[in-house]
Amino acid sequence: MAVSEKEETANLLSDEQKRYASWLQWGARSGLVMLIVTFIAYVTGWLAPHVPLDQLPSVWGLPVDEYLKKTGAPTGWSWLGDLGQGDFASLIGIAWLSASSLFCLFAVLPIYFRRRDWVFVVLCLCALAVQLLAASGMLVAGK
Amino acid sequence: MLKTFTQKLQSPSLKAILPFLMLAFFAGGAYAADKLPQAAISLPWWGWALALFVTCFFLGIVAVPSGVGGGVLFVPIVGGFFPFHLDFVRGAGLLVALASSLAAGPSLMRAGLADLRLALPLAVLASASAIAGALVGLAIPSNVVQIALGVTILGIVVLMATARKSEFPVVPVADKLSMALSMHGYFRDTAQNKNIAWKVHRTPLGIFLFVLIGFIGGLFGVGAGWANLPVLNLLMGAPIKLAAGTSGLILTLASSSATWVYLNEGSVLAVIAVPSVIGMMLGAMIGARLLHVLKASVVRKMVITLLLFAGIRALLKGLGIWP
Repeated sequence: MAVSEKEETANLLSDEQKRYASWLQWGARSGLVMLIVTFIAYVTGWLAPHVPLDQLPSVWGLPVDEYLKKTGAPTGWSWLGDLGQGDFASLIGIAWLSASSLFCLFAVLPIYFRRRDWVFVVLCLCALAVQLLAASGMLVAGK
Repeated sequence: MLKTFTQKLQSPSLKAILPFLMLAFFAGGAYAADKLPQAAISLPWWGWALALFVTCFFLGIVAVPSGVGGGVLFVPIVGGFFPFHLDFVRGAGLLVALASSLAAGPSLMRAGLADLRLALPLAVLASASAIAGALVGLAIPSNVVQIALGVTILGIVVLMATARKSEFPVVPVADKLSMALSMHGYFRDTAQNKNIAWKVHRTPLGIFLFVLIGFIGGLFGVGAGWANLPVLNLLMGAPIKLAAGTSGLILTLASSSATWVYLNEGSVLAVIAVPSVIGMMLGAMIGARLLHVLKASVVRKMVITLLLFAGIRALLKGLGIWP
């Protein structure tokens, strides 16, 4: 029986490659939906923003530290406490997209463990540590 | 509708003038944005969001046939000709690069053209250095970043104009590190209808360059597709199709770590980032369909011209000569 081109390609893929791709697709699609839905809620005024939209042109040209001082916008994860405000609700989709790779790394880790592929277990853990450190908000740029 | 649109673009005369129309669009937009500072103040927020969406849509169209990522076009052009501060432009630029690579990543992985075993060791270090780049970028004065961005973009112009591609580079012997990390395998080349074996060499130097590329990507928010590809293909010897796909996969990890830094620092404004991401992704969908219509070499020359212009603009803006 002739093997199709698609099957031929799939036969070459490792289990972790297939799982990573599925999780990445799920993360990217759901993140984009969140991004669009929350942005519509923000710009239509369904969720009132922290910084009024018509005042944005007077502050978006400022460096970020001055912008934060002038608007009182939060840094780190504090925005999670203000999800009722449109501009912060829109950050959910952005954070979700940024976290997509984290989900994928968690998903493939058990495969490497089962196979006792210790080099890639360590690499996966390192990649997770880097992503979690970046997401933690513990690293702060000082101007 | 998209199919009808792309079919209309098949006309030979339109094919010839389309790249120049796009170049005229960018140049006109840039001139208008530069000459009308008062209008910048009076234009409502939605006017800028719409202009950003349209600009990114066109950037997305040319990004695919020219073979560069959206981020490297986005930051110098939007940073140079829109009223947003560079801190917010870089945050949005990283998100543009991230969203584009996330959109393409799964299908490239399923096609075997983005390899996890090749990507992961390089991405770990690129992600860590991208964080360092983002922290440094947000800590140093804007004019210094602007000057460095201008110099980097001009360097990318030289790289794009001179770098060659090798479809199947010769790798006589895989190095010890790549063997230890099992950075080898097969991918299915549908054009040739056969499985292609691949392996890489010069891995230590490749890793060092990925650290550097990650840092620059995080520093300027430009992503790293422009540099990942030549390092994977020309230096490490990965076949061009595998190098292009894996470059995107590395970008998903490196861009997301830097995006977290910008997000935590308050440098991501949804009103700038979201229209940019959506415009770029829609444009990239059209760009992918126009791959057979537009002549890639012409689009590439156009993008090089555009980047040259944007690089000079960034440099002069940073030096205070063309504020």
